[in-house]
Amino acid sequence: MSTQPSNRFVDTEPWVDTSDISAPERKEFDAPAWLLMWRSFRRHKLALISGIFLLCAYLILPIAGFIAPYTPNERKPEYLYAPPQSINLWHEGAFIGPFVYPITAQADLENYRWTYTTDETQPLPLKLFCEGQSYKLFGLIPSDTHLFCPPDGASLFLWGSDRLGRDVFSRILYGAQLSLTVGLIGISVSFALGITFGAMAGYFGGKTDWILNRIIEILRSLPELPLWLALSAAVPSSWGPVAVFFIISIILGILDWPGLARSVRAKFLSLREEEYVKAAEMMGAKPGRVIRRHLLPNFMSHLIASATLSIPAMILGETALSYLGLGLRAPAVSWGVMLNDAQNLASIEIYWWTAIPMLPIIVVVLAFNFLGDGLRASLDPYKS
Amino acid sequence: MTPLLEVDGLTIGFGKADPVVRDVSFSIRAGETLALVGESGSGKTLTCRSVLRILPEAAQIRSGRIVFAGGDAPVDMLRLREPEMRQIRGDRISMIFQEPMRSLSPLHRLGNQVAEVLRLHRSMSRSEAKRTVLQKFERVGFTEPERIWRSYPFELSGGMRQRAMIAMAMVAKPTLLIADEPTTALDVTTQAQVLGLIKTLQAETGMAVILVTHDLGVVANMAEQVVVMSGGRVMESGSAPEVLGHPEHGYTRKLFAAATMIPEVAAPAREVPHKDLILEMRGVDKTFALRARGWRKPTTVTACKDVNLEVVRGKTIAVVGESGSGKTTCARMALGAVLPDPGGAVLFYSEPGAPPLPVHSMSASQRSAFQRQAQMVFQDPYSSLSPRMRIGAALTEPLEIHGIGSRAEWRDKAAAMLKLVGLNPDMMTRYPHAFSGGQRQRLSIARALTLDPKLLICDEPTSALDVSVQEQILRLLEEIRDRASLSYLFISHDLAVVARIADEVIVMRAGVIVEQAPPETLFYDPRHPYTKALIAAQPEPDIARPIDLELVAKGAGAPSTWPEMFRIDGGVAPALQNVGDGHMVRCHV
Repeated sequence: MSTQPSNRFVDTEPWVDTSDISAPERKEFDAPAWLLMWRSFRRHKLALISGIFLLCAYLILPIAGFIAPYTPNERKPEYLYAPPQSINLWHEGAFIGPFVYPITAQADLENYRWTYTTDETQPLPLKLFCEGQSYKLFGLIPSDTHLFCPPDGASLFLWGSDRLGRDVFSRILYGAQLSLTVGLIGISVSFALGITFGAMAGYFGGKTDWILNRIIEILRSLPELPLWLALSAAVPSSWGPVAVFFIISIILGILDWPGLARSVRAKFLSLREEEYVKAAEMMGAKPGRVIRRHLLPNFMSHLIASATLSIPAMILGETALSYLGLGLRAPAVSWGVMLNDAQNLASIEIYWWTAIPMLPIIVVVLAFNFLGDGLRASLDPYKS
Repeated sequence: MTPLLEVDGLTIGFGKADPVVRDVSFSIRAGETLALVGESGSGKTLTCRSVLRILPEAAQIRSGRIVFAGGDAPVDMLRLREPEMRQIRGDRISMIFQEPMRSLSPLHRLGNQVAEVLRLHRSMSRSEAKRTVLQKFERVGFTEPERIWRSYPFELSGGMRQRAMIAMAMVAKPTLLIADEPTTALDVTTQAQVLGLIKTLQAETGMAVILVTHDLGVVANMAEQVVVMSGGRVMESGSAPEVLGHPEHGYTRKLFAAATMIPEVAAPAREVPHKDLILEMRGVDKTFALRARGWRKPTTVTACKDVNLEVVRGKTIAVVGESGSGKTTCARMALGAVLPDPGGAVLFYSEPGAPPLPVHSMSASQRSAFQRQAQMVFQDPYSSLSPRMRIGAALTEPLEIHGIGSRAEWRDKAAAMLKLVGLNPDMMTRYPHAFSGGQRQRLSIARALTLDPKLLICDEPTSALDVSVQEQILRLLEEIRDRASLSYLFISHDLAVVARIADEVIVMRAGVIVEQAPPETLFYDPRHPYTKALIAAQPEPDIARPIDLELVAKGAGAPSTWPEMFRIDGGVAPALQNVGDGHMVRCHV
């Protein structure tokens, strides 16, 4: 430092004008966009946990039959409305591994309800990798090995059993197979429609844009629930559960696309003003190429985030329809179908565990929302 | 005399990284103007924002003191509690931001926004506040303060908004005004007027001003004290005549060397014969129809009127004008991206003597052939490269589109182009976002050159860049032009930039060409009041040559206020007259 008279200051550290014009100025951005996004996404702990949870949930779907001790429609007539049982490890101070105490049902004829007594003297160890009823692994490979089964002469209802004596826990696992995939199928349908129409409106503008916008507005002005009801009521009751499932998810997708089309259109309009798009057009790129190479990659991440945020709506839609008895029907199992059994307020009051399927719905919907929020926040990795 | 504000050993950092502002010290006395000069990333904005403690959330002030003596007793701004801080903000110290568009709330009337300061700090009654604000509006140069009181920000032009912003900053009579690049987003004539306004107001109220800027010309016109910053550190500071007159630090000297200036010209240029043209625009008009509302007839806006322009092969023609002068529309018409109104002709001659290609009515195959010969360099280096494409892919894309050569040839060509613009071919696998504005502008020049075009249209290629980088890019453009015998149509708002690169300058205002001449002639003998205003408004980094505000005011007003000889009124414009040696002026003879 040298401060000269009259307040003059000149930095005395040696200064050389060396600038390597090929060196990246911001090293932290020297990576593909997805990597930058992942780095900033990692910082959203809640979203990260939700993402991992959802990933696990979806990975479990094909092997649900292996994890569930019972099959979905396996009835135990001697255990109607059995309460949740706990798995214990210690019996009278001694460790004997996972076991359950047997329960026996008694009809309480005064109050017209089932009551259960637990026999705490007799620990019955669980069987591991045991044979049970047969199911199909990945929907293809027949198998009858379960991760764990009830001991002989006892039951294993982790989350209780319902009015027909079916295991709620197993049914939730099986129900997830339908309830979680309905969102994915619905979102693919809605994506296909939304991107096509949104891109058309955004790219061609003018009359096309006007007409599509009016169609979107009309679709959005229709009251949702009655429309769902009408459409699902139109599904012939003679159709099998799988056909109904597909129709339901497609109906959900068809009703969801206008929102997506709007956001695609808005994004298109703003991206079209970017100079790299203009540059490509002036190089002679055709509309198809501009859309594919320049527009889509740059808004794909926005789409994924908005899709993540609309899957919960689909899951809830399926649940609502099935709850009202207009979506999936028995023998198909979904969380909505299970809740259909819990419509009776009195039975929830006495047998509260029949309402347990609400829990996975809440958790999954929340997880999707957290994940979507995290994704949205890390969409623009170049802002720091 | 104790300083009004003293910044001592200020160090600011983000997270665990090295500090971005290191040990910055300076002081400012009451009534003085201090200029904080530096390029982007020099830490000048963080420094001035730390005075009001409006830093980004992640920034931490690691050490230092900022003592403000404008109140009753000197206080350390960094240790003040938030309520006390609020008392100072807007009252004792106020701030003007760079973007007049975004610093005013679009939903509130200007009057209410400006009066809010008074109602917060002075607890004035409504009518009294209004009277004060109206006076202030008059002071900052609004002729109808009542109308401005009632209007919303979007109803005003950029310069008007910045005036309103100044009124807002000044209404509580602060002792210190911090102006963060207050004129960077404005046209040069507006900039001159706004700077003049700040200076007059300062003389009247005796407030001190901290002026943050990258422009040495602005410094020379405004400041008494100068602090030059680079890389978060103070390089040099002192009084303006000393620092500007005898820069001692290498960095300051570099900034001076890079500063563009309008040269003093001794004699006008000779007329160059316009024979071998590459592009010609003949009698081109362009009107845009605004979307019709309700039952009303759609209205039209004239962007260009009667534009005649000739680009000589191997030369640079520059179009200069403020925003809204129609220069960009001209460039887009030259590329065929916008079609002129019927009657106008845009002709491209690919070879000397070749039959012209009508750019205004091309077939698809003609367009494709034309695109290989005419390319564009864009203004904003940050948006002209797709963030999802590797540099290599972006550079080879033109070849891919036109299906020229094989993949290996594309790569070689891209490597050659990178070398041509002075970059290392290793960059091809990287992403553009890792690079600075200057580097990206080089990339976008390289991309435009991949097809070996003959005509390059540059739309303000340097206006988003730092001064020293701007200089490098201009040099690069000159080199390439000579090496590849390119012709340029160069669009700019900056006469000083144009002075350096152009062989012929066209000055546009309100959609018409007002003057056209080689730069030497134009600077030697500007005839049109608007050209004179543009030249006068250019801030020069020389204290001896201040801006002549009177000259600026004469030409910068609406075309209907120009002297009789040049007046354009109600769409009736005089014709372009040749006043000798290829010097064209739009005037009555």
